[in-house]
Amino acid sequence: MQATALMNPAMDTTMTEAADRTYMLAGERIKIAAKGLNFFYDDQQALFDNDLKIATNRVTAIIGPSGCGKSTHLRTYNRIFELYRGQRVEGEVMLDGVNILDPSSCDVLELRRKVGMIFQKPTPFPMSVFDNVAYGLKQHYRVDKGELQDRVEQALRQAALWDDVKDKLNKPGTALSGGQQQRLCIARAIAVEPEVLLMDEPTSAIDPVATARIEELVNELKERYTIVIVTHNMQQAARISDYTAFFYQGKIVEFDQTDRLFTNPANKQTEDYITGRFG
Amino acid sequence: MLKQKNNMFDPLFRWTTLGGSLVVLVLVAGILLTLINGALPSLEKFGVGFLFSQEWNPAINEYGALSSVYGTLVSTLIAMLIAVPLSLVIALFLVELAPPGISRVVGGAIELLAAIPSIIYGMWGLFVFAPFLADHVQPKLAAIAPGLPFFTGPPMGIGMLSAGIILALMILPFITSVTRDVFQMVPSVVKESAYGMGSTTWEVTRKVTVPYGIQGVVGACFLGLGRAIGETMAVTFVIGNSHEISASLFSAANSIASTLANEFTEAADDVYLAALIELGLVLFGVTLVLQIIARWWLRRTAKKMGAVR
Repeated sequence: MQATALMNPAMDTTMTEAADRTYMLAGERIKIAAKGLNFFYDDQQALFDNDLKIATNRVTAIIGPSGCGKSTHLRTYNRIFELYRGQRVEGEVMLDGVNILDPSSCDVLELRRKVGMIFQKPTPFPMSVFDNVAYGLKQHYRVDKGELQDRVEQALRQAALWDDVKDKLNKPGTALSGGQQQRLCIARAIAVEPEVLLMDEPTSAIDPVATARIEELVNELKERYTIVIVTHNMQQAARISDYTAFFYQGKIVEFDQTDRLFTNPANKQTEDYITGRFG
Repeated sequence: MLKQKNNMFDPLFRWTTLGGSLVVLVLVAGILLTLINGALPSLEKFGVGFLFSQEWNPAINEYGALSSVYGTLVSTLIAMLIAVPLSLVIALFLVELAPPGISRVVGGAIELLAAIPSIIYGMWGLFVFAPFLADHVQPKLAAIAPGLPFFTGPPMGIGMLSAGIILALMILPFITSVTRDVFQMVPSVVKESAYGMGSTTWEVTRKVTVPYGIQGVVGACFLGLGRAIGETMAVTFVIGNSHEISASLFSAANSIASTLANEFTEAADDVYLAALIELGLVLFGVTLVLQIIARWWLRRTAKKMGAVR
């Protein structure tokens, strides 16, 4: 035991960090807990033993340089990686105490209803604005026409898009501006009443004004949803998140309350990254 | 001192590409004029009635296009009814479901099919497929639907149905390979997004992948249609070459292209030759009308779903 610790000096810090995290999340209900997560693209390992807890109704940001595994980590939460051959995961991701990586205990379609995802680029489907938002509703629920209309309106209002599109519901989703398209995707995701929203660099393809609106929206949405946002924009993480995890080379280097991580990082690598020394 | 580069190349490039494009217009106009000119004697003698007359009698020099047009349209329709759904299914399997190995092998086989000359299809149709159809398929069809006029008459093997099926096999690789390319171009993030909503593969395919690529799919179908509508050799082998219109798909029929191929050498009389050329003109017109319909339909869907960029 001692010999292992000697050979692996990192182990000590890992222990204290783990202890820190538990302390830090005190008082929070945990929505998602990843344990011992390893991820492989064919033979290449992309995530190394990730442990991360996501607090309910909080915004958790994942930051780190390109290729550090932020998105890869996020993509295990709704098992979207399974679409691709050669991508494989080990470990556990517990959502409300159920391991979602275990196909026998978790239906992937229901999982993806509960855990919605927003992507880097807006992805309106080739249909009208209304049908875009109604898409998931029709898929997962038996709804009559009146209720469908109500719920679409409600989702669009929640996504702060209703006033922009109420006269354009029959226009194609692609006819909206980039920022509106991204909010349309958010409306589509929240229409099915998910519990978690995963956002994979949701503002990297849109202009600063539209970005500000989305950030505002994230702040409103966290009252109803648990949000995990991957971003390469540290100011964005600092502005909108409650907790931040810093990823580097597939490992979670530091996880802390956002204000503490940005003002007083415990780890040298984190400090170097947030002060712009690399990445 | 550096000398300013004299950029002659850009205007040259512009004029070359413009010239190339003009060749297309000149060709189309030239073909149209030649057809009209060649068809003049027939146009003068029969007028609009040419289109609606079923008469085709070189002995008394009376010609009408109806049976050929009917045969062209029906054989093409049969071909499209078979080939389009089948191609879609194959393309979707190759793109969405097949393991990469199988996808490569089947994809290669499809391109090989496309390279087979039409005369091979014709000969295979006449010597292998038509007898098979006569012995095994037609009697069963007739037994299943005894009342229907489509399946009456002696099962000869050759006829409208055989021509349609052979045509379907010929255009299948074209439609498949283009639709496959179209589906491959649907951005994976859009598909992920649909899967991320908790959709099954079937739902993603039906609601997202196919609508996203619909313009390309229609384009692919038109490529196939264009080939089927003018296909000569294979059809001539198996369609039976009769100027009678019959509701039965088992009976011998003809198409514009097969009539031309069969009768050009015999057309000694001016009016006979002109009638054949007018048939060509009609084919030109039919293709044009179909093109216009497709364009109109595409524009309508684009308005509804949003132009996919």
